This record gives sequence, structure tokens and C-alpha cells, in this order.
Amino acid sequence: MKPAPFAFVRPQGLQHALEALAADEGAKVLAGGQSLVPLLNMRLAAPTTLVDINGLPALDEVLVSDEGVEVPALARQADVLASTAVRRVQPLLGLALAHVAHATIRNRGTVVGSLVHADAAAELPMVLALLGGHLRVASTAGTREIPADELFAGPLESTVRHDEIAVSAFFPALGADEGVAFAELARRHGDYAMCGAGALVRVEGDRVTRAWVAYLSVCDVPTVVDVELDDVGAEALAAAAERALGRLDPVGDVHASADYRAHLARVLTVRVLREAYDDARARAVGGRADPLGGRADPLGGRADPLGGRADPLGGRAESRP
Amino acid sequence: MTTKLFGQKVQRTEDQRFLRGQGRYVDDIAVGVGTLHAAVLRSPHAHARITDIDVGAVLDLDGVHLVWTHDDLTGPMADPLPLLIPHPALTHGRTQFALAKDEVNHVGEAIAFVVADDRYLAEDAVGRIRVTYDLLPAVVGIDAARAADRLVHDDVPGNVGARLEQENGDARAAIAASPHTLSLDLTVERSASMPLEGRGTVARWDPDVGRMTVWTSTQTSTGVRAAVAARLELDLGQVDVVTPDVGGGFGVKINHPWPEELLVPLAARQLGRTVKFTEDRREHFISSAHERGQVHHVEVGYDDDGRVLGLDVEFWHDHGAYTPYGLIVPIITSTQLLGPYKPGAYRVVFESLYTNTVMVTPYRGAGRPQGCYVMERTMDAIAAALGKDRAEVRAANFIQPDEFPFDQGLVFQDGRELEYDSGDYPASLAKLKELVGWDDFPAFREEMARQGRRVGIGLACYVEGTGVGPYEGAHVHVETSGKVKVATGLTTQGQGHATVFAQLVADVLGCRFEDVEVVTGDTRRMPYAVGTFASRAAVMSGSAIHLAATRAREKALRIAAEALEASVDDLEIVDGVVSVRGTEASIDLGTVAVLSNPLRYAFDEASKAATQFSVGDPGKPPVAEDDEPGLEGRDFYSPERSTFASGMHAVIVETDPETAEISILKYAVVHDCGRLINPMIVEGQIHGGVAQGIAGALYERMAYDDSGQLLNASFMDFLMPYVTEIPARIDIDHLETPSPLNPLGIKGAGEAGVIPSAAVFASAVSDAEQPYHPGLAITAMPISPSELFDLRRRHPATPVAQRSRDHEERP
Amino acid sequence: MSEQLHDLRLTVNGVAHALRVPARRLLSDALRHDLGLTGTHVGCEHGVCGACTVLLDGLPTRSCLMFAVSAVDVDITTVEGLTEADGTLGAVQQAFLECHGLQCGFCTPGFLTTVTAGLRQHPTPTEDDARDMVAGNLCRCTGYTNIVRSVLRAAELAGGEA
Repeated sequence: MKPAPFAFVRPQGLQHALEALAADEGAKVLAGGQSLVPLLNMRLAAPTTLVDINGLPALDEVLVSDEGVEVPALARQADVLASTAVRRVQPLLGLALAHVAHATIRNRGTVVGSLVHADAAAELPMVLALLGGHLRVASTAGTREIPADELFAGPLESTVRHDEIAVSAFFPALGADEGVAFAELARRHGDYAMCGAGALVRVEGDRVTRAWVAYLSVCDVPTVVDVELDDVGAEALAAAAERALGRLDPVGDVHASADYRAHLARVLTVRVLREAYDDARARAVGGRADPLGGRADPLGGRADPLGGRADPLGGRAESRP
Repeated sequence: MTTKLFGQKVQRTEDQRFLRGQGRYVDDIAVGVGTLHAAVLRSPHAHARITDIDVGAVLDLDGVHLVWTHDDLTGPMADPLPLLIPHPALTHGRTQFALAKDEVNHVGEAIAFVVADDRYLAEDAVGRIRVTYDLLPAVVGIDAARAADRLVHDDVPGNVGARLEQENGDARAAIAASPHTLSLDLTVERSASMPLEGRGTVARWDPDVGRMTVWTSTQTSTGVRAAVAARLELDLGQVDVVTPDVGGGFGVKINHPWPEELLVPLAARQLGRTVKFTEDRREHFISSAHERGQVHHVEVGYDDDGRVLGLDVEFWHDHGAYTPYGLIVPIITSTQLLGPYKPGAYRVVFESLYTNTVMVTPYRGAGRPQGCYVMERTMDAIAAALGKDRAEVRAANFIQPDEFPFDQGLVFQDGRELEYDSGDYPASLAKLKELVGWDDFPAFREEMARQGRRVGIGLACYVEGTGVGPYEGAHVHVETSGKVKVATGLTTQGQGHATVFAQLVADVLGCRFEDVEVVTGDTRRMPYAVGTFASRAAVMSGSAIHLAATRAREKALRIAAEALEASVDDLEIVDGVVSVRGTEASIDLGTVAVLSNPLRYAFDEASKAATQFSVGDPGKPPVAEDDEPGLEGRDFYSPERSTFASGMHAVIVETDPETAEISILKYAVVHDCGRLINPMIVEGQIHGGVAQGIAGALYERMAYDDSGQLLNASFMDFLMPYVTEIPARIDIDHLETPSPLNPLGIKGAGEAGVIPSAAVFASAVSDAEQPYHPGLAITAMPISPSELFDLRRRHPATPVAQRSRDHEERP
Repeated sequence: MSEQLHDLRLTVNGVAHALRVPARRLLSDALRHDLGLTGTHVGCEHGVCGACTVLLDGLPTRSCLMFAVSAVDVDITTVEGLTEADGTLGAVQQAFLECHGLQCGFCTPGFLTTVTAGLRQHPTPTEDDARDMVAGNLCRCTGYTNIVRSVLRAAELAGGEA
């Protein structure tokens, strides 16, 4: 299990990196490498050039604003998870990141890399899809934004072109009338889930106005369903789960049969909708604490790398799902 | 015997190097430039004929030194690998070639061997070899093997490698005459040892002295040595095999020689360079060995008390593509299945079947987990049928303490009678019930049910034949410095042998524990040995070391008595000093060692100082006719038969009513391995065994598809538990019934923890589910949440159970 | 066509080493085979087992998921760097010794580096914290019970020194 040979470029700047990518159709970007390098070691991927962007400046500062969280290409999952500012603006990001592999992997792995890797079993693509965020990519031709619903093309396949570098991901802030929840079931702690779900619920008073649930490890791509929920009674939630199931096509594998996945999707749909509703209600009355705050050190004791930095990004309006 | 260290929780001496990063595992040998690295081209197909191999694209690659296929091998190297343990019942034994000849029979079978400057280049080269295959249909799984629509080997009819039957009494007649009968079908899937260090071999040929040195990660140095010598046509005396630190074995490394264990030395001799092969993780999944896959059918007859009057077991063992290790695993299942019980009559018959999958060799427990699972599920079924307490039914079947030695009337894996030496099963059961809170469980279950939670309890009992022969040996050498060098030939994979063996030596010899250095698995130091398997190291090498140290002590006392002009009976040895009790007269062991070797030349202070003592009688030869120079002791231990350790486990599990996830609330172990040399190490073995058992019961399996591809050949998908899957506490209680078969009264402990796991979890999960899903009983292990969910659907709640569940699940 | 080699300087346990390796040389292999620091072990080469864990600027990282050419601007600490300057065992090592936190020793270096970093960030762990700290490392021998005890004991020992 050793990688095939490749040419190696440590670019001097973003432009240099983009040129190197454009120069070789078999080139790939190396950031955290926590998903890519296993594939290289197993020779399931054999890029002819690796462009190691880890040395590029200004790609590691997470920008938090009232509009949302802009995570640049080199922000490590551990740092984003550790940020109270991020969790305040978009708590779903922290809830999901706590389930991404193990702390050691998160120390190196990047949020953006996980999105580009586009694994439908991974947490972050689902989060971006549910929140209706986008990826900003650059090439020698310029930059463009890829909305989440156009990003995930198939199993391990994103619409980022080979000559593009994903420079940042934007996760919209949680609205004042919104709540979120995340749940997943994995065979082992830290594994890819057998099934996972996130919910975004919008309320007016105690009434649900909109509700979306997104799934990971259920379909080929992260899948968002508008569950048309208007009430959080048991029957309504069960009906919402059935509606969601109608939109999903769970597949079986060595860890879970298709039927079991469907069952888990149903169970988790109810759980996350109820939790997200409770979250929204709690926020509405202003009594919502940091959902990770009370846990025994979910962050591995790391100091908040972003501290209480003021909003350097300013307001950028973003579309919602 | 003075017992100062025996029974103490002595900290391990070997840990110093491990903790400092100074362990020496095979891949740490010959590090740096100059060493060449091997890689192996392995079959991507489960069953195929090889029609052509083209290595043309590899030969001229920079950095590649050698490429071999079967056609390049000659003499014994071109023969099939040895069938290590022949058995008359193994009528159709088959083994692989070092490199496949014409046909491959499992994904991962070795086809070509490349040596290059480094492993990266060697893998590049492997990727350029072109093989043309004629695909053949694959036989995967026991059902397909039994159906025999397709054959793995054309010349093995019905895919049956072996059929073996044993009977004690007339079981079928006893069942027919029984007041109650029932039958069961029970399945266990494949798993594997999966040590964190895979296989690995380094070889260096010294042409000046015509000597081959092989370092290999094995459980038997002497076995590898014999194999290398035979296949490379060397004298045994030309081959040294050294087993350095081994990163776990758990059974898989007892098989030998692996193709690479022969190809690496052969390449080293041909190239005149040091050559290394380090197996990677994917290779370990598809090219080493698995175990556990068996399907069983049980017929049992019993009386109103649950006593088994007749037991008839038929089972089918999936031994994969080849049978190098013979029938050891199914023989152990067929005999150890009986556990602590004495059925009125017992018949067992098994067929060992070929499939196009990785071959089977022992994995920790070696057939016992399957046997225990079959017997204990049978006990549970009897209890359920009679409406009796599961512990009570077991107790009704126990061999009683006054019945030892107890002959089960069968032949064990070592060809000896299955005769239990000692034990006290009722006492174990009493301890276990107390430890797990067996009698309090119904109240706990009710309390949990009120909270909407499902819990279940299970227990399982086993007896384990440990310390099998034929023998081990030991050499104890007191140096003139007073340091004591101990060598035994079996190998070490983390069991703490260096520590426990030093404890034994220090106790016997009276030397300081710190002065004892133990070497294992080095044929230069002890060329006669068998290997480390079947929980035999402490019993076999421990006993041999005890005997050898006793010889060294006797000699030390004899020489010291002469030097001190005292009677042997008046001497004692404490902290390495021999002294006359109640006087100042003393001599240290190092000086005794000097005196033991009559010298002409004084070469250091010790020998000068020693000249003040008279060495022997001037009228006699300096070395007596029946003596040897040197303060050494050497001895061998070869027991009549195995010693039988035993134990009982209980577990309380919780099953999630919604998600079918299974969690462990309490795990209790009562363990009897005779006298404990080092309780800390024994408990460590139990912890590790239990964790591996939990792994096998709830997480690990080898998932093959119908074409013979292993779908989960990585640590991502083969679910070895992390700390998060193992309960924070394992409650352990010991019982010590000494073995009468060896001087120390000990029994083996290494494998025990893993044996009852499938049984105990099947019992507990069934117990948790039955109130809600009547008729649900676990008959296939391991059990995953997905499978439990499926079982629930196949056993829908009756209206009554549904009501009671709804009632219990009120918030 | 021979592979391009890169000249690097790796700083390991406070010592700078010059080496010349191809880009695909994994950091784990560079440490073991080029620098002879064989205490770092390779158990899976796909980032799951944790045996190869080293500290990069104090943070645990899988050395099998990194290329040596990418590790040039960081301080690398391997298990060999955990021993005190005077040769005595560090607190974490001592705790593993006392609590029988290892058997075959193969996974141990990854646990030692992980726990060393973990205790720096979390000097007084609860038992749950201790379990979290080692949750990404596989051990096939110990069943983890004594590893968790070792983490707690290491915190005690380190606290005693402070």
C-alpha cells in the first residue's frame, strides 16, 4: 500500500497553484489529505501531479459574520469545530463536525476538502446541502460559486473541475426563527454512519413554517427533503418521515441492509425534526446555550482559534433552500 | 519452593523498550539503504486458471532486481507448501504453491514475487505484470460448498477435504429414549486474528560462512527454520531463525511457512543482499488466514431437570482454499464443545469443506468459541423449553469436583485422550452469579422496562484444553557476572513472557529478578521448540524453565558447598548470593559460575578472586565424568496430556427498541487457569480476550460476495472495536484449581477471554428481545443491529407482547 | 525514467535531518526507513489504526496520511521524543508501564503520542475524557481497560511533577 509516483508542486501562490493544475489534466489538489491519501496508498487513485496547497497564505482564516461562516480551503476541521463563534452563527456545523472521524483526523482534515471529496456518507456535504451553502472555486479563468444543490454529482463525484481549487465554503447562518439538529448512527464511534440526518426547522411562534431534513449514507449523494411539516405531533412527524422515505432510495451494504437504512432514516427523521423544532423554539425565547458547550470537552481541549474575532467579512446575502 | 515472585503483579521488563520506541519488530530490522524490498502480485480472482504471465514490462525497470513466477522455482521450492498437521481423516488435503501454478483458488493468492530497491518500486513493478486468466466459477460459503455444484479443486469430490466422527456411548439411541428432545441450527461467520503488525520476513545470506539468517514474525521459529532448510536445501545447522518483537499473533502466525517466508530467503541467497517483505493491511486480509466459519446442527435429548442424555452434533467447517494446518480447528470444536458438561452420550461428526476463500488456520480460541456457542445455545434452548433458569440447567449437567480426572471418552487435537485434570465448575458458577448479579436481574429488568428500556442477561461456560505438547525446552545460564540468561524456543507476541519467566527463574535460582534476561524464539539459543499456540507458553516453557532453573540451582549449590566447605542442606541463595545459613560465609552466583568452569587462565577480577578457592579434588579430573563445565541448566517439559482451564462469562446487554443497537451494561468473568504466576498479566490477557470476543460477537466478520471478493478488506469496513465499543469495566474473579500435570500447578490463560463471547451475547440478546418478539432466538453470530432489526421483523410482536411493550414504554 | 527526488529538512524531536526522497515517500516511511526512527509503527496505511500517530507542532497526526515533502515546516515529535532528556520515562510512558497499558507494544507509540498531546490540552481528564482521548487508536491486545487507566495515571503523574 504505497502510492504510485506523482510530480509534486508546492506552489508559491494561488495563481501558481492554478497554473500547475491547469498544466496537467491528471493533477489533483492536496490539502488535508485525510481522504485522498488513503486512496493513493491503495492505488485507487493515481494523480500524475499533486499540488500541495498547505503552504498557501490566507487560506486558513475562518470568517464568521451574521450572514454565515466562510471556511477557507485550509481551515482544519478541528479548528472549525473548536470555534465558539462558528457554533454561535451556525450550530449545525459544530454538531456535525463532532461526528467527523476522530480528533486526530480532524487535526489535519479540512472542511473544504471533505466537501470536494463529495462522499455521500460524510457529514459535511450533507450540512452544506441542508443549509443551502455554496463552494467558491477558482481557476485560471476566474472564480465561481457552486451552490450546494449543484455540487454533488454522484458517488465521490463533485462538479469541481480538475483545474479548479475550492478556495472556500460558505455555510449560511442560522436564522433567528430557525433551529437545527443532527444525528447519526454508526457501527463504531467515528465511523462513517450507517445513516445520518440533519434537520433545519423554521418556526413562527410554536408553529412550523418550513422544515427540511437532509440525509447522509442513505443515497448516492447527500439528499435534502422538504418534509412539509406543519406540526410536531407524533403523527405529523411520522408522516414527514414517510414523505422523506418516498424521496429516498436507500441502498444496502455490509453494514446495513437497505430496509434497515430506511428504518433508521425514518427513526432519525423524527428525532432530528423534534430536536430541531425544540432548538428553534429555545432560540426564539433566547434561552439556547451552545449545544456542545455542556459536553465533556468535545473539542479535545483546544483553545478557540478564532476567538471572538469581529466580523471581518461583512454581510453577503445568501440564498436559502 | 520459595515463592517470592510467583503470584505477584510484577511490572513487565519488556515494556522499557516498547515505551521508548525501541522495540524491534521485523520491519525494524535492516532499516536503511542496502536492504531490498519485496512485493507480491496476488490474484484478483477467487477462482481462475492462469493461462499466461507476462513480466516483460518489469524486467528492465530501474530498481527492480528480481521477478519470479512459479516457472522460476525449482526443486522443493516448486512443490506445494507442506501440509503441517496431517490427519488420517484429512483424505483430501491440499496446500498452495509458493507461487501459484496454473490455478488460483482465492483472491489474494500469490502469483509473482518482485524484489526492488524499495517497496514503492516493488509495487510499481507488480502493477506492470500482466496475467491472463480463464475465470472459473467460485465456491463461496458453506452452503455452496455443500451443494457442490461447483468444485474448488477438480479432484476433491463434493468439496469435502475431511470427514471425522467421534462418539462416546450411543448418542442417537439415548436421544430417541429421552423424555424431551429438540434440535437447533447454529451458524458462526468468519473472522480473523488481525494483529496490528502483519506478517513480515527479513533474510540475509552470508556466503562466507554459508549461513542464512531469517527474521520473521511468527509463532514458531523452529517450524520456519525446518521449512526454510528443507525448501532451500540447506542443512538445519545453516539456518538461524530469529523471531524479534512480534506485534500480535492471535493464531494467524502459527501457520508456516508462508510463501514469503521461503521466497525472501531464496531471493536473499540469489541476490546476495538483505531482502525484506512487510505485509500490508490489505494483503493481511486476503493473503494470510481467517477462522470461525462453521454451520452446526444439534439434536439433543434431555430429562425433566434439563440433564442432557444424548447429544448429536453435525457441523460443516469452511476451511477455505487450502488445509496447511490440517483439521485442528474443527477437531477442537468437536471435542471442546462439551465444556464443563457430561452428556449421557455424545456423537459428533464434521465435514471440512473447500471454498474459494482465504484459508483457515487457528485464531485465538481456535474452534472453541464455535463449540462453546453450540453447547451453550443448546443449554439455553433446553432451559427455555423446560421454563427453567438457564444457570440451573447448566448446573444440572456439570462434572462434579470429585469426578476429576474426568475422561470425556474422545480423542483431543493432540491425539491424546480428552481427560480433564482438575476444576470446580459449581464454585465457578456460584462466583459468576454473584459477580454479575444473576439473581437480582429480574428486578433490574423490570425497572428498566418501566423506563422503556430493554435489557437481557446471558451466561456461558467453557473448558479449554491448554498447554498441549509435545514439549518445550529451556536453557538457564548463569554468567560469571552473575547475570542469568534464559532461553526458551517458543515465541512471544506480547504475553509478557520475559517477565513471567524471569519471575520463575528468580524464585527457583534465588537470583535477582533484574539479573534475569529471557530470550524467546531464537533458534541460535534454543534449537528445540514447538511454538506459541493453544495457551501453552506458561505451561510448557514455564515448566521447562522451572526444571532447567532447578538444575542450575542444584549445580550452584553443589559447587558452592565445596567452595564454602559446607553441606548443601545448609545453603540458601538470596539475591544472587549463596550463603551458609547463620554464618557470614558466602559466595555470589557469578563466582560460582567461574568455579563451574575450570580455567587455566585468569582473565578478569572475578576469575582472579576465584583462585583463592580450590577447584575440585587434585586426584580427580577437573570436570567430573557426569558433569559439564559452566553453571547452566537445561531441561525439557513434555506432559502426558493437556491441562484444562475453565471459566464462565456473563453479560448484561441493552438493545435499543428503535434502532436495534446493542450495548453492554455489565460484563463479568470468572476464570480458572490454575495458579497465577502474574495476576496483572493474566488479567491483561482476559481484558484483551474479552475485547476480541466482543469484536467477534458484535462487530467483526469477513463479508464475501458470491464471486469471492472480500468486501470489507480494510480497517474502515472490518470493524475492529475502538475503546468506544468496549465496556469501561470488565469484572473479573479468579478461581484457582491447580493442575496436577505440571510442577507449577498452572494452566493456560491466553485465549480464554474470547471463547464464550458468541455464546454469551447470543444468550443475552435473545433474552432481551424475547419478551417483545416471542420466538426470537439468535442462531447466527455475529449479530449486528441490521440483523437484529431483521430478526425483529421476522418475529413480530404478538398483540400481547405489543401491549406489554407499550405499557412498559410509557415515558 | 527515474523518479524526481526532493531535498528536505525534517525537524524531528528537536533535531533537523536532511534527506532526499521522492514526493510519494510517506512521512511514516521517511521517519522509519530514512531516519531510522522505527518507534513509529505502520499498522494499516489508511489512517484508521493510529499506530503511526506523531505530533506535528504538538498535534496528533497520522504519519501514514502525509508525505514527507509536506512535513517540512513543522516540528515533528515521535515516540522516541517522549523520553526525558535524562533517559527516564516521561509521565505517559511511566503510566503505561505501571498500569500494564500495553502487551505486544505495536500500537503503543501511537497511543503515547496521542495521550501526550491530549493531556497537554486536558491535564485533568475524567474517565470519559480519557476514553475520548484514545478513541481513534486501535489496540488488538489490551481491550483498552488498562490503556484508559494509564491515561488517568499519566495525568496524576504529570500533575505530581507540576
